[in-house]
Amino acid sequence: MHKNMEYEIDAKDMHYRILNSALKEIIKNAAPVKYADAAKSQNLQAVNNKIYGQPQEKDGPLTISLKNVIGQRYIGDGIKGNFKIKIYGVPGNDMAAFMDGPQIEVFGNAQDGLANTMNSGKIIVHGSSGDITGYSMRGGEIYIRDNVGWRSGIHMKSYLDKFPVIVIGGRAGNFLGEYMAGGLIIVLGQQGSAGSGPEDLGEDKNIEDTGGKKFEKTYYFEKFYSTSSSSVVGDFAGTGMHGGKIFICGDVDEYKIGKEVKKAEPDKNDIEVLKQYINNYCSFFKADYEKMISGRLKNFVKLSPHSHRPYGKLYAY
Amino acid sequence: MPLKLNQSEFVVERDLNKCISCEVCVRQCSNDAHEYDADDKTVLSEASKCVGCHRCESLCPTEAITIRKKAAEFKDNSNWQQAHIKNIYKQAETGGVLLTGMGSDKPHTVYWDHILFNAAQVTNPSIDPLREPMEIKTFIGAKPEKLEIEKNDSGFKLKSKLGPHLELSTPILFSAMSYGSISLNACKSLASAAYSFGTFYNTGEGGMHKDLQHFAKNTIVQVASGRFGVNRQYLRSAAAVEIKIGQGAKPGIGGHLPGEKVTADISSTRMIPEGSDAISPAPHHDIYSIEDLAQLIYAIKEATDYLKPVGVKVSAVHNIAPIASGIVRAGADFVAIDGFRGGTGAAPQAIRDNVGIPIELALAAVDTRLREEGIRHKAAIIIAGSIRSSSDIIKAIALGADAVYIGTAALIALGCHLCQKCYTGKCNWGIATQDPYLTKRLNPSIGTKRLSGLLRAWSHEIKEMLGGAGINAIESLRGNREHLRGINLSEIELSILGIKHAGQAW
Repeated sequence: MHKNMEYEIDAKDMHYRILNSALKEIIKNAAPVKYADAAKSQNLQAVNNKIYGQPQEKDGPLTISLKNVIGQRYIGDGIKGNFKIKIYGVPGNDMAAFMDGPQIEVFGNAQDGLANTMNSGKIIVHGSSGDITGYSMRGGEIYIRDNVGWRSGIHMKSYLDKFPVIVIGGRAGNFLGEYMAGGLIIVLGQQGSAGSGPEDLGEDKNIEDTGGKKFEKTYYFEKFYSTSSSSVVGDFAGTGMHGGKIFICGDVDEYKIGKEVKKAEPDKNDIEVLKQYINNYCSFFKADYEKMISGRLKNFVKLSPHSHRPYGKLYAY
Repeated sequence: MPLKLNQSEFVVERDLNKCISCEVCVRQCSNDAHEYDADDKTVLSEASKCVGCHRCESLCPTEAITIRKKAAEFKDNSNWQQAHIKNIYKQAETGGVLLTGMGSDKPHTVYWDHILFNAAQVTNPSIDPLREPMEIKTFIGAKPEKLEIEKNDSGFKLKSKLGPHLELSTPILFSAMSYGSISLNACKSLASAAYSFGTFYNTGEGGMHKDLQHFAKNTIVQVASGRFGVNRQYLRSAAAVEIKIGQGAKPGIGGHLPGEKVTADISSTRMIPEGSDAISPAPHHDIYSIEDLAQLIYAIKEATDYLKPVGVKVSAVHNIAPIASGIVRAGADFVAIDGFRGGTGAAPQAIRDNVGIPIELALAAVDTRLREEGIRHKAAIIIAGSIRSSSDIIKAIALGADAVYIGTAALIALGCHLCQKCYTGKCNWGIATQDPYLTKRLNPSIGTKRLSGLLRAWSHEIKEMLGGAGINAIESLRGNREHLRGINLSEIELSILGIKHAGQAW
């Protein structure tokens, strides 16, 4: 029943609890009804007026657009199923925590705690995201066009058919992939990083699609990271890592990586994997794939753990 | 180096007149302390391998074996005690951190033993729980500021909206013990006893095993820093969610299940690769403040549609009162506080024996603080950290707890003999081990009966003591410290506990 439906919620001045329960109601019913439940003691009329429920004939899964989002937290927490959410504006902390399946596309920046303990699904951010992006993620994919904050991808773990992936177009802050136990992190190092200029990325055509507001390109890079370092990752990359891989475009100084990881050149299989995810990245952000990989694949280094048991010899038995 | 000598802690005595060389002891000991000598047709014992779990002694059909503590073989020294010397030998040899299991065995003051409970005489009658109704039902969750009741045609109706809460038939829950730290048979015993008695067990951070999913309505699931086994279904199927910040036996320390214990079954329950270390870092890296804690609490509430209580477990540390206040203000529906005598499957000995504060003082300080701030009703308090008997429980409730978690006591009910070697994974009682040869020694249906038996006995004793004090509902005892008196306590101890000394009237 989710087929061919598209809804829109105007999140302006809407409290996160109302927004999130309205979202869940739509997912549950695929119809913009019964907001009395969602709104409870709130001003029902005001909320109802902000949900535009005319189902539109469209191909593909149920799509819900959230317009004028401004810092509402917990959007998409614990939701499950096959549908798409488009967020215009800046969603608040802990977006898509415990999410299982849906695709969320953010036209703007995401804040801290994006995809906290996500089980599966896909997140595409046309901008940067904050600290602990993908904390303890077990599956699914995250594509961040620009940069991520500190402690991104920490405690990621793969399990059976679940394999979490984070692709970061720009740079990453300190402690990238700390305690990582599985999965994959790719840092493309676009924008002002080693050997690449701002034009590398190409134009993100989707940025026009921001619900009426022009998205400023300068908004997202150098301002976020004013470091003059040539390295695209911060300090302590891979500290405590005991599974998974991190691919980084451009060399990483030894002092920046954790003692539990080793640095190597990606092998043939790694390159194939890299190509696949770079291709995805380019298609989501309308970047030029050929330009992105030509002459640059050889620049990637791979971080992987020395051992699955980094602390095996710590104890006296 | 001959320094490894004199390491045996126990003497294994075998009465050869009684021993029939049946080899039960050989088969029962996972530490290989007993060995059959085929040439001599006798069983020999190597005391240095004995951990003092008394399994062989308990199962010897002819009572030929006695395990005794070995007297100190070092020259007496009140400062350099035997344990210090042996530990230094061991650490010099291995260069490793000393591990231990269960709660601290050090002789710090146990305040329960310095608190006496009241009884009614003459001026108010005591109540006999065998013949009069006695209410010990307990609710865990936030309570409303006030109760509004409206009258309609059919009678009275509660007008106030109550938040999500757990309903317990007795103020006792089983504390968090993960599948991995204990065997699946032990988990099954706890889960099924909780189910049949109308209380709750806690998964710890080990995830919810598929065989235990039908006990979900009696399950509190934990979300710890490693997020093992945590997904949407895990959160939504449980009765309540507990964010684990700390544990009494190892405040400030994370968990670490070594890769060799991450078997196929444990890997699937924790949702991590087989054979890989399961590392729970000490901090949650998404929590650096009370505001961040609030964020995780509400992320979980959002993911579970505000349908279940979300609590936070912390260890009792010096600043526990303001910490608990912050937790309540962050939106927790219950605060679980684990005192420093609390148990563990593995902890560095230095931390277990030296970090944290006793639960009695922590509880009194927290309850007082929350009352002073007018927020005591906003969250229930569950305490843990060595609850040894029903009298400990009744004193805890009078000090201000809503309920208690029992861990060690539950394991003792299942056969644990407190040898403190849980971390070796060789538990001869089938509890703290994953070795199928050992785990089958613990029969879950017998385990369930024994745990239910303990809950029944303690619940009845609680009713007896309540009745004796002239109280017929446990709610009337909560935080009612006038029913407690201290004995052999200093003024500062009495003032922290908020109780009078024995001999002082109302």
